[in-house]
Formats: sequence, C-alpha cells, structure tokens
Amino acid sequence: MLDMSIANLDVAATPADTETSAQTVKISSREVDVFYGDKQALFSINLDVRENMVTALIGPSGCGKSTFLRCLNRMNDTIDICRVSGEIRLDGVDIHDPQIDVVELRARVGMVFQKPNPFPKSIYDNVAYGARIHGLARTKPELDEIVETSLQKAGLLGEVRDRLDEPGTGLSGGQQQRLCIARAIAVSPEVILMDEPCSALDPIATAKVEELISELRTNYTIVIVTHSMQQAARVSQRTAMFHLGILVEVNDTDRMFTNPDDERTRDYITGRYG
Amino acid sequence: MTDTVLNSGGIPGRSVHTNDGARGRLARRYTAERRFKWLGAGAVAVAILLLGVLLSTIVVQAVPAFRANYLLLPVDLSEKNVDSARPENADYDAIVRDGLYRLLPGVTSRSEKRALRGIVSSASGFLLQRDVVAGSTLRGGATTVGIPLDDFADLYMKGLLAEKQTVIELAGAPSIAVDGGMALITNAPQILDAITARGAGRAGDDGGIRLSVKDPSFLVETGRLVLKIKTASAARTDATILHTVPMAGSKATQLRIVETPESQRKISDQEVAWLNDLQNRGAIESRWSELFLFSGASREPEIAGIWGAVVGSLLTLIVTLALAFPVGVGAAVYLEEFAPKNRWTQLIEVNINNLAAVPSIVFGLLGLAVFLNWFNLPRSAPVVGGFVLALMTLPTIIIAARASLRAVPLSVREAALGIGASRAQTVLHHVLPLAMPGIMTGTIIGMAQALGETAPLLMIGMVAFIVDIPGGFTDPATVLPVQIFMWADFPEPAFRHKTAGAILVLLAFLVLMNALAVILRRRFERRW
Ligand SMILES: Nc1ncnc2c1ncn2[C@@H]1O[C@H](COP(=O)(O)OP(=O)(O)O)[C@@H](O)[C@H]1O
Ligand SMILES: [Mg+2]
Repeated sequence: MLDMSIANLDVAATPADTETSAQTVKISSREVDVFYGDKQALFSINLDVRENMVTALIGPSGCGKSTFLRCLNRMNDTIDICRVSGEIRLDGVDIHDPQIDVVELRARVGMVFQKPNPFPKSIYDNVAYGARIHGLARTKPELDEIVETSLQKAGLLGEVRDRLDEPGTGLSGGQQQRLCIARAIAVSPEVILMDEPCSALDPIATAKVEELISELRTNYTIVIVTHSMQQAARVSQRTAMFHLGILVEVNDTDRMFTNPDDERTRDYITGRYG
Repeated sequence: MTDTVLNSGGIPGRSVHTNDGARGRLARRYTAERRFKWLGAGAVAVAILLLGVLLSTIVVQAVPAFRANYLLLPVDLSEKNVDSARPENADYDAIVRDGLYRLLPGVTSRSEKRALRGIVSSASGFLLQRDVVAGSTLRGGATTVGIPLDDFADLYMKGLLAEKQTVIELAGAPSIAVDGGMALITNAPQILDAITARGAGRAGDDGGIRLSVKDPSFLVETGRLVLKIKTASAARTDATILHTVPMAGSKATQLRIVETPESQRKISDQEVAWLNDLQNRGAIESRWSELFLFSGASREPEIAGIWGAVVGSLLTLIVTLALAFPVGVGAAVYLEEFAPKNRWTQLIEVNINNLAAVPSIVFGLLGLAVFLNWFNLPRSAPVVGGFVLALMTLPTIIIAARASLRAVPLSVREAALGIGASRAQTVLHHVLPLAMPGIMTGTIIGMAQALGETAPLLMIGMVAFIVDIPGGFTDPATVLPVQIFMWADFPEPAFRHKTAGAILVLLAFLVLMNALAVILRRRFERRW
C-alpha cells in the first residue's frame, strides 16, 4: 500500500505536468478515497483535469474509473452506501463545501452515461428540460433557440429537425447518445463527464460521437471514461490510468501511448491484461 | 470418468446428446411439458366455467328486477279532485282507488274491493302525487297513468308465480246457468276428466268431487265470466263467480287449470282472474323499471330502488380516493425516494405490510371508536365510510406504489439528477409519471376492494334503512354491498331478484371504474 501512494506522488511531479502547466486546472482532486460500505474502491486519488482539454480515464474493468468520474459531480451522493472523502475543487472551490449546492454543481458539471438514457419524452422536451428547470430561458423563442443550438452542437439537428415532437426513445442508439449530449449541453455546463459513451454504439455512431467530442473541447472541459485505447488516443489530450482503485499514471496522451512511465500502463496498453 | 459417461449409450460414435438414454430423457421432458401445459389450460377452463355459472345464475335471477309491470289506470285529475293551486293536498289514494273501481266495475263487496286495491303498489297514491306535483303528469282532466303493480301481481305477470297453468278448450256446447254469485255448468265432461286425471279433491256426499284450496284451481273462462269450480260430478258442476268481465267479448269457453294449489301460492284465484282480464284488455304494460334503477330504498319491493346505494357508494368512494390516493402515493414516494434506510423506516415498512392483512372489520371498529365516538362525526355518513375505507385501502396503494416506483429504471433518475434536477424534480417530473400506471393499477385494486366492502361499514351505521337519496357527504347513506346484504335478508320473493339486480349494478360499477382506470393509464403509459 505504501509504495502505491509513493507512486502517486511521483505522478504528481512528472515532467509531463510541468510541460503544459500554462493550462489552467479546472478540477483538482486531492487524496480522494471512496468506500462502498466497508469496501474501498478508490485510494487517495490526486488528479488534475485541465480546462478545455479531453481527459481520458482508462484501466481494466472494476478499477474505479466510473466511481471517480461520479465523484466529480457528486453523483455518488445518490448511492446510500457510498462515502467519499478527500478534496475535489472546481475552479478552486471544494465541491463538498456547503456554499456549493449540488444542483448548481451538476448544472456546471454535466454527465453523459454509458447507456443512452433519454427521457421518455419528446426530443424537444429532452433537450429543453434542463434549461427549463434552471430557468435559462424566459420565453418560448429563447427556449427554442437553446434547443436548436444544443442539437446543432451535438450534430443531431439535421437528423431530427422536423420531428422534434417525436419521442427521444424512438431514435437509434447513436442518435440517442447524441441527444443525451445535447441535453447535457443545453444546461451550458463547464465540464462534461462521459462514462463510456460509445460502449453501446456501433462503429459509425462511435465515430460521430468521437468527432463531436473533439469539437466540444473548444468550449468545454471533458472527462471521458473509455475502455478503448484507440478512442483514448484519438480524442484525448491527457490520459489517466487506473488500476485496482489506484491512479497509476497520468500523462499527456501522446506520451502515454508511446512511452509510458509505469510498467502497468505499458502492460495494459499493449494488451497484456485488462 | 469422462469416458464412461460418453460411452454410456453403448453405441460408439454417438454423443451424450444423441444416444438412447438422452433420447428417452428428451421424450420424458416433452411429456412433462405437455402435462404441465394441459394442467394450466385445465385450471383456466375450470375458472372460466365457474365464473360463467356464477355470472349466468346472477344474470338470470337479476333480469326480472330490471323490468316492471304497470297498470294503465284511468284517473280523474280535474279540479274536482285536484286543486290546481295546491295539487299536493289532493287525496291521491282515493283517486287511484276510484280509477281501480272504474277499471273493474264488477267489484262491489268490501273484501273484494280491498283485494283489488292490493293488486297495485301501496305507494301508488304517493307516486301519483309526486308526478302530478312535479308536472310530469297532466292535470285538469281525465287521463291514464301508469301505476306499478304490487310485487306479487308483478311476479305473476312475469310468470314467476303460479306459472304452471294448463288451458283446455271446452268442446261441445257447455251451458252455464248463473244464479246470484253461483253458477251451474252442464254438458262439460272434460272438467271432471281434468279433475280426476290430477287426482284432485275429495269425494263428496253426493258422489261428486269437492275441491278445496289445497287442490289445483279449475277456472272456467267465458267471454263474460270467470268461474271457479267448487264441486264436480258426472251430472253437474258447481262454481262461484270470480270475476265479471266488464267489456264482454265473444270467446270460446275454456278451462284454465292453475296447477299450484291456492294455499301454496302468494296470489289468489281472484287476482289471477283480474290480472288475466286486465292483460287481455291491454291495461298492463311491461316497462324498464326506472323505480329500481333511480329510486331509493323501500320496504315495498315494487318501489325499492338501488339509486340511493349507488349514490352512497359513489360519495363514499370519492372520499376514499381523495384521501387514500394522495396520502398513499405521498407515503410511498417518501419511503421510496427520500427516507433514510434505518430502523425506523424499516419498522414503518413492516407495519404497512401488516396493515394490509388486518381484517376489514377492525377498521370499522376503529372508525366507530375514533370518528364517531371521539370526533363526533355523523353516523351512517359517506364521509366516515370514506375515512374508514381509505384507512383500509392505504396499505394496498402504498405497497403497489412503492413497487412501481422501484421498477422505474435507475437510468431515468440518473439522467435527471445528472443535469441538475433536484430530488423532488426528479421524482415529480420523471419517476412518478413513469410509475403512474402501476400506481393506478394498485389504486384500482384498492378501490374495488373498498367498493365491495361491507363489514367495516356495518360498524359505523351505514346499514341503517335510508329511504332518501343522499345529497351530500354528511347525509345518512348506505352503499351497494350493504344494500345487497340487506335485501338478501328480506323474505319477499321479489327481493331475490332485486338482490341479484343490485349485484349486477355493483359489477357494472366495478367495470366502469376499471374502464376509467384503463383510459387514464393509457394517458400515462410511455415507452422507455
Ligand atoms: N453501487 C455500488 N455498490 C457497491 N460497489 C460498487 C458500486 N459501484 C461500483 N462498485 C465497486 O467499485 C469498484 C469500482 O467500480 P467502477 O467504478 O464501476 O469500475 P469501472 O467503471 O472502472 O469499471 C468495483 O469493485 C465495483 O464492484
Ligand atoms: Mg464503469
């Protein structure tokens, strides 16, 4: 256990970090532990998420990627037995601080889930819902505008423009996932968390979503969990490797896939386990 | 080890799945499957059969309750009888009486007149008054009104009393000599044949046969008279005059044998003669019994109606629904979505489950003790009945609502929470609408239970005999199942049909409620 935390400290001081230090840190986590009941799922995670970059979380199944992602918008609060300790700062403010409301936090840090989960409502209502509850639009035209631009940014507008009142659940899997991204965008978040957003999609839909992620990077900070090395390499600038609840290594994606610092990262990337 | 298993079929080259042993096992498996299928189908068939038998007996019993026979009575509503300024003060019983005497002018003696008044409902005067005052019957002259027959007369007209009758044309030319109230019939040998064929009567002193009330009745009908035979011999037949037909027509003389002896039926020979005549003259009309469907309870079977109980049930169920649905759904939402999982909520959960198993009469006792004795709420009132039934249905609704809330996929909650919906918004906007169809199914089951409940309502006095249609939630009322319970207890045969009719109305109520629920559910049902 001891050498693990030393390894983490090493990671924090890797040269890769200093290379891009001009970049502002959007979310920083320090010494984050997560327990499900008595079972510890994450061990003192120190990870910085940089603004307007795509950070990929990789690692074998069950290593705690989703758990960490869900810490960032306090989604773990909804699980009774889950307990999170440590410090997670969004723009320097601890998200567990009483001055940050969880509703506000989730409006700023949106989330896209593994399985597309549009509401059983119309396409329009799916996108408009977040804007409505946060009071982002005062008039109907404003709301229409938000829905349209969100769908536009999610690259879905062309496909659904003339059937906005049809149920969102009637779309194809890839369209549903892009609808979920549009829904997240409509709230104007600063960060978008994505938990294996393409794992339920076919290759063409996956390509579309990946393209979308690359475009979204200019306006949003993105953290994406993926089990596909190629995807991490294609869409992300930074990659973090988890293993058994430990953050093994975090590095620039280029470096990670060519010359990783850690033995376990090398093994995982080359497909020796995972 | 593996080898022995593989070779157990004995024939080399055949695998474990194709050897004889495997084939046998497969055949046995299919046999078992077929047996299982037939058992299931048999169970369904038995259930359908029993349900069919039950329903058809009820329907057969109930049909007579929905129709009633009315006497078309000529009445005089001119100024002489009815003061147009104060029509409610007229003597309507007398008007009905006069109409009856006018219809059957041959009736003169006091006892016959009393019997004649008995063929129409004793409430006729009251009903006529109601119609005249309400203006639905024209005043100011002679007119014809429909008056409900007395319950036994009505049953006779429906063929449910003294229904076994034989009519024989008397051949030849029987001669009838009338002398006062008596008649002498000669030249009608068929009469004696009919009597002896039935072994009726006892031998008299003169060798003839003397008939009594314990024998079938032998009535001779001509176009002008109805006679009842007292003694008969080969030479002569003596009879009394039962009825003189006022508008004599020419008609062949016939012998009518009412097979059930007069002492064993609820309708006399005289009434039979009158009713048959009235029917021949077209003065009796069978109509839909609006009195049964749209009037309140009564001790008189012919005017006893179901409407009071229907309204009582409706009012009670409105209170039950208004109380049990929001409270039940609210409790379920709190327990399922907000409550921390600790010992207290666990205790509450166990208690709710136990509450669903408490016998309903206990809720009645509770209602009696709390609502009536403590809060001094009115007895027999739908509001109290509604409270009691709401208590009874609450656990059903809570359990069903919790189950359907739990069945809403986690992904929907996550989707809403993930874009910053509060917990309450998540539940109200997404989870509850998706759970609504299930909640509604549970609610309907609860309400159906409440609709059919009798025992707890007996405890709070809803068994009282209430004639008026309840006009509000605090008026004394009764409900359909209690009405059925009371009618089933009354001795008059007409109430047997009313009971079955009321059961049908209750079932119709239930079907209507279910249909409403299906429509509402359609509205809420969504795909996800
Ligand atoms: N709701 C939960 N309750 C209990 N244990 C959980 C729960 N969610 C995840 N875990 C455990 O936490 C660990 C990390 O899970 P997760 O973050 O889902 O892994 P990953 O997303 O990397 O595959 C696993 O061992 C898993 O069993
Ligand atoms: Mg995961």
